[in-house]
Amino acid sequence: MALNRKIAYIDLTTGEFKTAPIPIEMRELYLGGRGLDMYLLYNHIEPGVDPLGPDNVLTVSAGLLGATLASASTRTHIGAKSPLTGFIGSSNMGGYFAPELRWAGFDHLVIKGKAESPSYLWIHNGEIEIRDASDVWGENVFDTQELIRQELGDPEVKVLCIGIAGENMVRYANVMTGMKDAAGRSGMGAVMGSKNLKAIAVRGTMDLEIRFPEQALEYNQSLIEHISSTKFAKIMQKWGTMFIYGVTNTTGLVRVRNFQLNQQVGGNIECEHIEKYALGTEGCYGCIIHCRHKYQIREGPHAGIYGQGPEYTSQGAFGMEVGCNEFETVLVANHLVNKYGLDTLETGSMIAWAMELYEKGILTDEDTGNLKLEWGNDEVVLEMIKLIAERKGLGDILAEGPLRAAKKIGKDSIKYLIHVKGMSNLHSDERPTPSLALGIATGSRGSDHLRSRPAIDLYHLPQELLRKIYGGPKPYDGPLSSDYTSYEGKPRMVLWQEMMYEAIDSVGVCKFHSIFLSPNLIAFEELSKLIYYNTGLEFTPEEIWDIADRAYTIERLFNIREGLTREHDWLVDRYFDEPTPVGLPIVRNKSIDREKFKQMIDEYYEMHGWDENGVPRPETLEKLGLDAEPSHKL
Amino acid sequence: MEMILVVDHEKCTGCRACEMVCSVKHTGVNNPTRSRINVIKWPMEGFDLPMLCQQCEEAPCIAVCPKDALSQDLVLGRVTLNYDLCIGCKMCVTACPFGGMGIDTVVQRVIKCDLCDGDPTCVRFCDPGALQYVPASTVNLMKKRDAGWKFSELMKKSSLISSNE
Ligand code: SF4
Ligand code: SF4
Ligand code: SF4
Repeated sequence: MALNRKIAYIDLTTGEFKTAPIPIEMRELYLGGRGLDMYLLYNHIEPGVDPLGPDNVLTVSAGLLGATLASASTRTHIGAKSPLTGFIGSSNMGGYFAPELRWAGFDHLVIKGKAESPSYLWIHNGEIEIRDASDVWGENVFDTQELIRQELGDPEVKVLCIGIAGENMVRYANVMTGMKDAAGRSGMGAVMGSKNLKAIAVRGTMDLEIRFPEQALEYNQSLIEHISSTKFAKIMQKWGTMFIYGVTNTTGLVRVRNFQLNQQVGGNIECEHIEKYALGTEGCYGCIIHCRHKYQIREGPHAGIYGQGPEYTSQGAFGMEVGCNEFETVLVANHLVNKYGLDTLETGSMIAWAMELYEKGILTDEDTGNLKLEWGNDEVVLEMIKLIAERKGLGDILAEGPLRAAKKIGKDSIKYLIHVKGMSNLHSDERPTPSLALGIATGSRGSDHLRSRPAIDLYHLPQELLRKIYGGPKPYDGPLSSDYTSYEGKPRMVLWQEMMYEAIDSVGVCKFHSIFLSPNLIAFEELSKLIYYNTGLEFTPEEIWDIADRAYTIERLFNIREGLTREHDWLVDRYFDEPTPVGLPIVRNKSIDREKFKQMIDEYYEMHGWDENGVPRPETLEKLGLDAEPSHKL
Repeated sequence: MEMILVVDHEKCTGCRACEMVCSVKHTGVNNPTRSRINVIKWPMEGFDLPMLCQQCEEAPCIAVCPKDALSQDLVLGRVTLNYDLCIGCKMCVTACPFGGMGIDTVVQRVIKCDLCDGDPTCVRFCDPGALQYVPASTVNLMKKRDAGWKFSELMKKSSLISSNE
């Protein structure tokens, strides 16, 4: 059964491991993937541990619907205490790893301790081995995977690994599989590096039972036909997330030159440029959206580069943020961060911040080693990526992430950081959009557009449609506004998306198939059916919401245990004090109103059943069955 | 009308949905090793190639089968396998040049694509259209159209160049 996959506890210090079944009650409480990982982290990590020390615990998991007939049932979730924020670390990625993990018999890996020397895990059909990785230590992300496949003598092996950034414990190093699939946010690659864990290789040939095969096939086909018929899918199939840039930049909703402008002028980085380089598109396991381009640079100084992507995030990181106007720079930079295993968003943000500091004279040629950190100096941007991954010169400081780097650089460098909880913001400008601002301010893993962003708020959807989506599955009859500049009713949208993303991350299906960038896709109702046909577990849409609520609240408890207070759910001053300078009239001259924002947060806490300090009330914990956590059931 | 299942690897995104549904359809479980179709992937080069039984006219598997368990099904245009006659010697697996004959190690029998008795499940799930089930008589027409389209693009470009000169 899809439900008989095991959990493996692996101690890298002693080399010992044990496996255990996952009881149905735990599925009923947390589903799997991110949800169950959150329970495991809360139960296995001692408060206050050094995120880069042996006591941190790393989880790797497949979702409850991994490799089942559930559209893109592909995501791998990775969790630990974050070395970037000191709060919950959590990130997921597409590709082919999670299905293979399930065929190898496992759903969750709980990895503790630190290996004495570079090692990798080899997991196959219920067996686990810790193997020597000294031959691949120092290799890039792409070569590491191929070399391990060669060593194991099976081209079907799937590998997730870190690059040199993870080895060097860059605090925002990612974990990668394939050419571009990255668990990018919150520094999970640094945690692997700190454990001397270069990679995890899996291969499995074990049956994954589908509870009701005929119905699952039929339902999945109707779902796929529906998804495929949406305008969103058609655009994504052609352009990937790069399509977003055209819309947001024209409006003035992007972050340019750190935070100086909200619209890029003269940027040659629209999605259409990909046509010159594209070789086609790739999909993740079971996915019909196939949002990623395969691209090749055929001429010029970077000729020969083959990569996949780039995403909107890389257009932001290496286009508008750093003032680069050339599409090819985005392609090269995207390739480099993937090769070194760096989070694209954080890397671009750190470089953009350093550029603003250079402009303001806070960083001088002496600090930069004579690198001219000027806006639009494409070659310097590419060089900085390398220096960060190698932790050389200024790169060593930037590798520490926003808050630590600001401390090292001193002066008033901290004033120019664009972050929440020590994690950089996406390259979108949320000053005109209170709902999006609330989402990044409160996200459990730090500033984040994938924790709760109600992106469809940008579409000015009619009231009836908003009501249809946000009015359920738990009843809500408060206000909902079609105006994205309004503060009204937005906490509900943020809360709803939070529950949606927690649920979809726990079943391991890609968010692009859910209500995220399109109002017409999967939500609680569809999840309920998918779970039933594939696993036989019966949950109403309301029950799925409750599970998501439980998992999200345990993330909150984790953060509170690590010292989170209400002050952490807040934006940097520039959001309140500097109005947007450009853009369409609807977004121009906008800043966030402190008082109204405070009220929004109050409202948001109230909806969660948290007190005015953002701490879950005893009755909330009781209602969610969290009053006895940590309960050490797994 | 004889239909054939054709693969256009240029349209394939490597998603392996075809594998998943073939396995579930035939076995009720998702296990790629029990699927009749497999997508061979070169993940670092971005090249994907779905491979399955070619339903050969002069089928090597039929030729080597000592029990006549394999035969031509002219109605569905497939090579069909009769499990009542099959002794599981796996000669067909050795003989097939494409890996079209596989071994299901769970039920211990050889397996091959049966075209889902005329309604190929993999085709239904291949959204990009890399797998198609088309009349055998017009398959070349389809390919001509595809090739012609590419050719016409080139022609347009070249006439653009010459008109610019
Ligand atoms: S939409 Fe993109 S990221 Fe999501 S599963 Fe499909 S290919 Fe992967
Ligand atoms: S379903 Fe189609 S696109 Fe996906 S791997 Fe199979 S042949 Fe390729
Ligand atoms: S036609 Fe049917 S049996 Fe043949 S590969 Fe496709 S799904 Fe499998």
